Amino acid sequence: MAMVDSAKIAAAKDRLDQHTVETIHWHFSPETGSPFWLEKAKTFNFDPLKEVKSFEDLKKFPHFEDDWLRGGPISRWVPKGLAGKPVYVFETGGTTGLPKSRMVIEDHWIDYEEFSKTLDDKWFPPGSNWLMLGPSGPRRLRLAIEHLAQYRGGICFCIDLDPRWVVKLLKQGRIKEAEDYKNHCIDQVLTILKGGHDIKCAFMTPKLLEALALKLIDNGSSIAEEGITGIFGGGTEFSPQWYRYCCEELLGPDVFMTPTYGNTLMGLACSKPFDPADNYKITYHAPQPRAAIEVVDFKDYNKVVDYGQTGRVKLYTMTKELFVPGFMERDEGERELPCDKFPWDGISGTRPFHEIAKSTTVGVY
Amino acid sequence: MFDVPVLRFGKSYDSMEKVDINHFETGETLARLHQATGAMVKMDLRKAQQSREALRQFSIDDLIEKCKQAADLYLNAELPCGTGKLTPEQFCNMQSATTGIPISLCAFNMRKNAYVLSHMGEVIDALTRGLPHEILSKGYGMESRGVMVSYQATTPILGAVLPSNSPGVHTLWLPAIPMQIGLMLKPGSQEFWTPYRITEAFFAAGIPREAISLYPGGHDVGGGLLSDAHRCMIFGSQQTVQQHAGNPRVSVHGPGFSKIILGDDLVDRWEDYLDIMVDSVAANGGRGCINCSSIYASRHTKEIAQAIAKKMSEIVPLPTTDPKAILAASTTAGVAESVSNQIDEGLKDGYSTDVSAAFHGGNRIGKLGKSEYLLPTVIHCSSPEAKLANAEYMFPFTSVVECPQNQMIKAIGPTLVCTAITEDPKFTQQLLDAYNIDRLNIGRVKTVQLNWLQPHEGNLVEFLFRNRAFQNSPPPAH
Repeated sequence: MAMVDSAKIAAAKDRLDQHTVETIHWHFSPETGSPFWLEKAKTFNFDPLKEVKSFEDLKKFPHFEDDWLRGGPISRWVPKGLAGKPVYVFETGGTTGLPKSRMVIEDHWIDYEEFSKTLDDKWFPPGSNWLMLGPSGPRRLRLAIEHLAQYRGGICFCIDLDPRWVVKLLKQGRIKEAEDYKNHCIDQVLTILKGGHDIKCAFMTPKLLEALALKLIDNGSSIAEEGITGIFGGGTEFSPQWYRYCCEELLGPDVFMTPTYGNTLMGLACSKPFDPADNYKITYHAPQPRAAIEVVDFKDYNKVVDYGQTGRVKLYTMTKELFVPGFMERDEGERELPCDKFPWDGISGTRPFHEIAKSTTVGVY
Repeated sequence: MFDVPVLRFGKSYDSMEKVDINHFETGETLARLHQATGAMVKMDLRKAQQSREALRQFSIDDLIEKCKQAADLYLNAELPCGTGKLTPEQFCNMQSATTGIPISLCAFNMRKNAYVLSHMGEVIDALTRGLPHEILSKGYGMESRGVMVSYQATTPILGAVLPSNSPGVHTLWLPAIPMQIGLMLKPGSQEFWTPYRITEAFFAAGIPREAISLYPGGHDVGGGLLSDAHRCMIFGSQQTVQQHAGNPRVSVHGPGFSKIILGDDLVDRWEDYLDIMVDSVAANGGRGCINCSSIYASRHTKEIAQAIAKKMSEIVPLPTTDPKAILAASTTAGVAESVSNQIDEGLKDGYSTDVSAAFHGGNRIGKLGKSEYLLPTVIHCSSPEAKLANAEYMFPFTSVVECPQNQMIKAIGPTLVCTAITEDPKFTQQLLDAYNIDRLNIGRVKTVQLNWLQPHEGNLVEFLFRNRAFQNSPPPAH
């Protein structure tokens, strides 16, 4: 912590507290709040408008339940203050049963514009075209990446990828078909790359990055030789060993990859800038104050663990479109110190929460 | 405590992911096993030709000689194991400490692997049916009978997803090296010791390091080998067998369901064969696919079951250091109970009786110190319809099944090793014609007594080489 200016940390904390109060006022004022929260507030034994004065006070809320996001009407989530604006709905999960849905108006644009500020122009040259090698369909990622490309002055080329189908194949033990489907995705990319679209930047999931890199090697080429210089990686977990292997063996020195951790509810957590001293440890920092994460005790979700200790990821989303006080993510990791670029807590070693890891099919694409 | 890194083309690779390997009883950490990833394997498979090229610098005869040297080194020398070094005794102690296998059986399996290495010339001659070695090296050549033949390697390396149950299975991949085919192995999580030691013995004997890669790791490592290696062997469950059935690139080694069948002509003299039956069931702790898991006879089955149970009741849990120890400890909590419960479930079908229960007081799980052991178990099945009539477990277990001789071959189902006690020529011919039997023994041969000059679950030469047409001159006019 000594490396980070304590004033910066304090300023970030003040900003988070102030943003928390503003968000609460927006979501719980009868004129601007969403029907969901205005109705839910009637069940609370406290008045959010009066009693939430800091980020810490969010612990007064009950834990946010998964099922609140399943089923409709989706309009109950639209804040009255944003009524009439065009609404997107993005889904997560949904291989079987009702998926969780999140309504979005402009958050995905804002989140990715913020993220854009963290990208180094050397590796992600403004004006260059992008490749989106990730899930399509009712997912935020596809539109968000496209917006990122456009925001940076480029055009985004996309593929079709239905992760729900892949999950079904894996659950049924149809490994060969899952492999065929992956190859189908990679074939789409090869076709795009052959098209002469001058693509320099890309979003890729770890598995698809690996599959593409190996396919290109088989074809006597490489990601670098195809002209790609910057990759924004995300979608599934990155282990330090994989990150190292990716940098040393799949990409080489001419391609930069930045891992991210995100989801439909939070937006995008960036990784601490690469430092050889970190030995490929990846530390993510939430896009505060629009979202914050805590690493909490497995037995007490209101207790943040000590630095370096392991806990479950607790998410807070505080935008004008969505308020999520304390959603227990399906991930765990280690609490990390603030860094200069992100002067608030981070998390490293993110991986599926051990209690549900065995029953969940993750990282399918 | 020492580190055991990944080996990529013979070079140590320090992985950032490591797993502590602990003594099954004391919990003491013995080694840190570095973990490879499936991605790493896939990348290396693209460079696998270097393994074959390195081996081709030597003739097959040279490599066979190096195998003989490796046999001696493997059996007798102090050899590196990652950042440590192990004498043969230390090696057996370590292997026993992580697998629960008695030290005497670890040493027995060492001798088994060393035997194949030291007799590699005969093994290769037997598997190739005397093919001149240069034909494998060069790809074609003239046989002594004046016929041009061509054998083309189907792969630069043999991949293998190896198990932890019995260190004797490693005999199966050893012949790849003298045939100038490299190795990319995923060792078992508890029994990585043998692949590492044999590899170091190979290196010490002069086998080029580029020839061998070892990738301890998770399921993704096995997945990488199976999906991208041109030829791969895997050891696993019945589910694994079904998953890869019909895939010509994969040689699957599942449960053996090995059997002894007593023909009607000799079954009345069953007592003469009691030792063969007991040894077939219990040898090597009953952990292998070649251990007999069912005995079929048309009569005397209750007496046979009773006699085997009585004899096997002498096999009791002993410390791994005891030279008489046969049973392996269960190294994973809850596994012994789970297996025992499966057997109890099978007993509910109305056909089956646990004959051993009278000998172990109804408790199939024995304890010694903190460790649990599954005690030898004999089930009598009054019909081949019984659930346990065709079951296999990793301890001395057998069912004795009453079945008419004329239904026996069909009833036994897929069988890796079948020892038939019969002198009936008609029945013998039927057994020879049976497609569901892999290795057939007629006579007084224990199921575990393998002759390494015989192919095992397919001929490795046929798996690694393609016999195809080759001509360098026009054929005779016709």
